[in-house]
Amino acid sequence: MTSSDLTELGIKEASRLLRLGSISASDLVTAHVERIERLDSHVKAYLRFTPELWEKQADEADRRIRQGDAPPLAGIPLAVKDVLCVRGVETTAGSRILRGFKPPYTGTAVARLFEAGAVMLGVTNCDEFAMGSSTENSGYFPTRNPWDLDRVPGGSSGGSAAAVAAGEAMIALGTDTGGSIRQPAALCGVVGMKPTYGRVSRSGLIAFASSLDQIGPLTRSVDDAAVVLSLMSGLDPLDATSSDRPGMEVLNNFGGGVKGMRLGVPREYYDVKGIEAGVKSAIDAALAVLRIAGAEIVDVSLPHTDYGLAAYYIIAPAECSSNLARFDGVKYGLSEVDAPNITDEYLQTRRKGFGTEVRRRVMLGTYALSSGYYDAYYLKAQKVRTLIKRDFDEAFKHCDAIVSATSPTVAFPIGSKTQDPLSMYLCDVLTLGGNLAGLPGISVPCGTSDGLPVGLQVLGPQWGENVVLRVARAYEEASEVRAEVASVV
Amino acid sequence: MPLSKDEVRHVATLARLGLEEGDEEFYAHQLSGILGHIDRLQQLDTEDIPPTAQVVEVASRLREDEPRPSLTQEEALANAPAAVDGSFRVPAIQEEA
Repeated sequence: MTSSDLTELGIKEASRLLRLGSISASDLVTAHVERIERLDSHVKAYLRFTPELWEKQADEADRRIRQGDAPPLAGIPLAVKDVLCVRGVETTAGSRILRGFKPPYTGTAVARLFEAGAVMLGVTNCDEFAMGSSTENSGYFPTRNPWDLDRVPGGSSGGSAAAVAAGEAMIALGTDTGGSIRQPAALCGVVGMKPTYGRVSRSGLIAFASSLDQIGPLTRSVDDAAVVLSLMSGLDPLDATSSDRPGMEVLNNFGGGVKGMRLGVPREYYDVKGIEAGVKSAIDAALAVLRIAGAEIVDVSLPHTDYGLAAYYIIAPAECSSNLARFDGVKYGLSEVDAPNITDEYLQTRRKGFGTEVRRRVMLGTYALSSGYYDAYYLKAQKVRTLIKRDFDEAFKHCDAIVSATSPTVAFPIGSKTQDPLSMYLCDVLTLGGNLAGLPGISVPCGTSDGLPVGLQVLGPQWGENVVLRVARAYEEASEVRAEVASVV
Repeated sequence: MPLSKDEVRHVATLARLGLEEGDEEFYAHQLSGILGHIDRLQQLDTEDIPPTAQVVEVASRLREDEPRPSLTQEEALANAPAAVDGSFRVPAIQEEA
């Protein structure tokens, strides 16, 4: 088997070969590192690499495999978004303000994948503090879409999506606050899943908006997403919002198919403003595949869709303005310690450390929470959040899952939306409802438009990961559309 | 509702964000555009709608109040830009008496 074949494997086949002794975990790492050396100067998915970890973890995986007690992800190469703390590994949330920060502990989701035998290759690029839809807001450099290097990979987990799409990692972790796993997965032609709020512990995740953030997998198959998700789910005493539901329940009746299921198409999503014709026809084709596979496609309505973006852009910035108050130049990261007084130290540190988008959102959130505006903005947005949640509750009375495009557009040219924040925010118009309502959602590749990947989104009721995964897997199987590894150059 | 340059200055002070030359105008323009979109929330009658702060029902969990292992002082200070005698160093916040 050539090394390029090794970078196209999924978990199941890689695990089979590892257990047969046909390949070693070190072979898998070497193949991925060689591919990274060849391609990542073009894609720029990674911010930094972790050779000490991958050597140690691959050796350990090989030892466990030889002993015959290999854990489920033994030897599987993993990329981790730069917002998830890994002990001793520089973690910066894509921001200059955290340059040099080495966490004293590893977050729960990553720790669970390490325990399951995963081998960490490196840290992937993202929009600063996960705020963005293109990875252009990274404090370091933009990542490029492996399918067209002049276009964005989506964001904020753009580095993770691009790494998986380019065969620079077998699996990756991202985070999703308004679509930051699903949208880059769609734009890069891979699978990306955001779990129900509370399914995966957020301990060790550098917080953006705490009532919306969730950690989830990016992979090249629904099978791999399901396995990774099941292994990192479940109760964690370090996150009071984590659920005690068993992680393995996400796999219930995973292969059951869609025969007899009712899949709702919200008309507000189907005809969302700005949706490209090529995206719409890919979705139509996907709906036809699901219908032939035995699903009943029904119309549903999410009447407050037009207010989702507005509510989100109060709630998320309000929470971020509070969460980002901790970056004060005192405890970690960048610091202007020579400032004459403490206030100047804060002002100078935060001026130098934060990029434009982060400053914009911190100001927006501070404004919405400030005296005299709280009721008109923050409280109002929380009430509208209730209406949006009720829309979904009502829709799920009429269907088992909701299907739509993940993103209204395919990957757009680098630089095309950076001058107009609102046009960038609209990238998430079909995904952020899932965050406001706490729902599980997945994006699976469903063909192309002008040669660029299109993603099909499946949303389920809270704790309905198994339903979402079942629909996604049935689609993947019936359509024969598979996430492919981009050749890049 | 457009945001004035004075309001940008006020909000930046509250958020402890230092501003650079031209920032007030830049952010006043951009934030006004975003707030213009957000104003559509006022079209909805939400008089009788309760707010949602936490979207998933999770019961509060309590634990025994027992000492557990935690970071050492050295680990907690390892990332500090400036540390003195086991403490974070900051500029003085009070004048000497």
